[in-house]
Amino acid sequence: MFMPAILYIVALVGVPFVMAFVYSVGDVKVGSTHYHFVGLRNFISIVHNPTFIRSLENSFFFTIVSQILVLVGSTILALALKDAFPGRRLLRFLILLPWVAPVSIGSIGWKWILDSLYSVINWVLVRMHLVKPFDTPVWLGEPKLAMISVILVHTWHMLPFATVILLAGLTAIPKDIPEAAAVDGAGFFRTLFQITIPMMLPIINVAVLFGVIFTFTDMTVVYILTRGGPYDSTQVIPSLAFFTGVLGSDLAEGAAISIFMVPVLVIVTYMVLRSAYRAEVT
Amino acid sequence: MAIVETRKLTKVFRRGNVGAVNDVDLQSREGEFLVLLGPSGSGKTTLLRMIAGLEEPTSGEILIGGRVVNDLTPRERGIAMVFQSYALYPHLTAFNNIVFPLKAQGIGKQERQRRADWAASLLGIKHLFQRKPRELSGGERQRVALARAIVREPSLFLLDEPLSNLDAKLRASAREELEQFQKRIGTTAIYVTHDQVEAMAMGDRVVVMSQGIVRQIGTPAEVYDEPADTFVATFLGSPPMNIVPAGSVIVGFRPEHFLPPGVAERMGEHVEYRFKITHSEYLGAERILYGCIVGGPFNDRKVISRIPATHGAEIVDENVYAFAVAHRDLKFFDPQTERRTAAARLPQ
Repeated sequence: MFMPAILYIVALVGVPFVMAFVYSVGDVKVGSTHYHFVGLRNFISIVHNPTFIRSLENSFFFTIVSQILVLVGSTILALALKDAFPGRRLLRFLILLPWVAPVSIGSIGWKWILDSLYSVINWVLVRMHLVKPFDTPVWLGEPKLAMISVILVHTWHMLPFATVILLAGLTAIPKDIPEAAAVDGAGFFRTLFQITIPMMLPIINVAVLFGVIFTFTDMTVVYILTRGGPYDSTQVIPSLAFFTGVLGSDLAEGAAISIFMVPVLVIVTYMVLRSAYRAEVT
Repeated sequence: MAIVETRKLTKVFRRGNVGAVNDVDLQSREGEFLVLLGPSGSGKTTLLRMIAGLEEPTSGEILIGGRVVNDLTPRERGIAMVFQSYALYPHLTAFNNIVFPLKAQGIGKQERQRRADWAASLLGIKHLFQRKPRELSGGERQRVALARAIVREPSLFLLDEPLSNLDAKLRASAREELEQFQKRIGTTAIYVTHDQVEAMAMGDRVVVMSQGIVRQIGTPAEVYDEPADTFVATFLGSPPMNIVPAGSVIVGFRPEHFLPPGVAERMGEHVEYRFKITHSEYLGAERILYGCIVGGPFNDRKVISRIPATHGAEIVDENVYAFAVAHRDLKFFDPQTERRTAAARLPQ
């Protein structure tokens, strides 16, 4: 009865995963047919590669900062969308759009918005006399601005998903509880930080778990906006693995780079699941 | 301590619909235990929530201690409320639940501890301080909710069916305890319930509501013995008052006043009806007799009689007996307005 499901998972998840492990300890190249076991040579090679170290740091920075922004933003949105008001349905739909639209299409849109010549943001800034016409910020061309751009676009993409999850958690809180807090004399922030958010913690954990995994393993935004540049300043582990393994033909080293994400993700998953469990039990 | 007053208080949830609460004028007395009683949908909870500040009135005024509080938030009204579900904060221990309102007031740690100890000793829950609400029984939760309500020494105490989640046995003892407790702290309390036994047992005065309208306000004895209209007459009492239309008037009498032969002679002035019993229930302390009147102006009207089980007379189903009601126990209502009217001549 479960055969089709098992076959499906083995074929689409299991086989590529095992192949990545096998490749990472071999010397596979695009276009060659032979395979030699080389032990940990690929791993030793990548940890000595400054680009890899840079990408690892970027990955963490990219993930942590965008997740903080997503959490704060989605909490605010969820609170705002909780109570009924005219137009709430339309607003909920609009907020969900970035998640529904394919991230690649959204990112291409952002590429134009952030373009060095045709950027609408720069056009607005110039019209508002905030920047000089021929000295506009090059959003994707300067290391710091590029990182900010990549993070903001990714946050834009992830925000709806987290909002929907938090909204579910928020509506699960019985109406009596915030009312009791109001009668008990708690103001907005006391209710938010001492009642609402603690009660939502288990579901916030779920949102963080998914957010971290989607962010840490995602390369679409980086690939489309900056290709990891300038000077690898926005290079992250998944994009580096793609550039090395697929575009650079060194499948073995690309596999080794992507395998590096596994322990990180396992640790994150473990931590989040444990805190979710704790929040449930205590 | 405070007096609560509502003036023409109205709440309409959807424009054009009948209001959930309509033109309610109410005034509590100092330290009183005032019970709002009514069937579900009668507007009693909405009225309580408006007093608490959780629901905005459509029109009318609410005064607490002589001050109009319509525009004040719940926190500014200086009230405490016990919810039907208790609404304890599930992630906080009993102690932290109890001191939460004190923290919100910015009261220091030592004083918080002192007041929590005081409230807990009043309710006997000190040993539960470190437990989470999930680890408490229904009765314990109710006490924690009460403790949380009294630590601030509120001027007004609002209770929304706080006993309805307890089992029947616990409810009786909790009822008595709650009543004693309110007398001891002396805070004006407004208590919402649909349970007439609770209302009669606990209330200094009872406000009977139906369809958002106050039908009668009075002591338990007043609303029971002198109902203002047929709704109050039939809502209070179990089984309810017998209501028999008789031409230009409606006659009502309580089942316990409709008594079998032998008792009637001792009643003084009374009227007799031939009562055909269709079936009866034996309830231990009393018997409930169901049947209808035979002959006379009330021919075929269904009525109920309630007699003490100690009453010796043998009464058998399907037989007809001469039952009687004393004149003073007959209540008269206007058939149009269903309001009480003065005693009228009975059609013979």
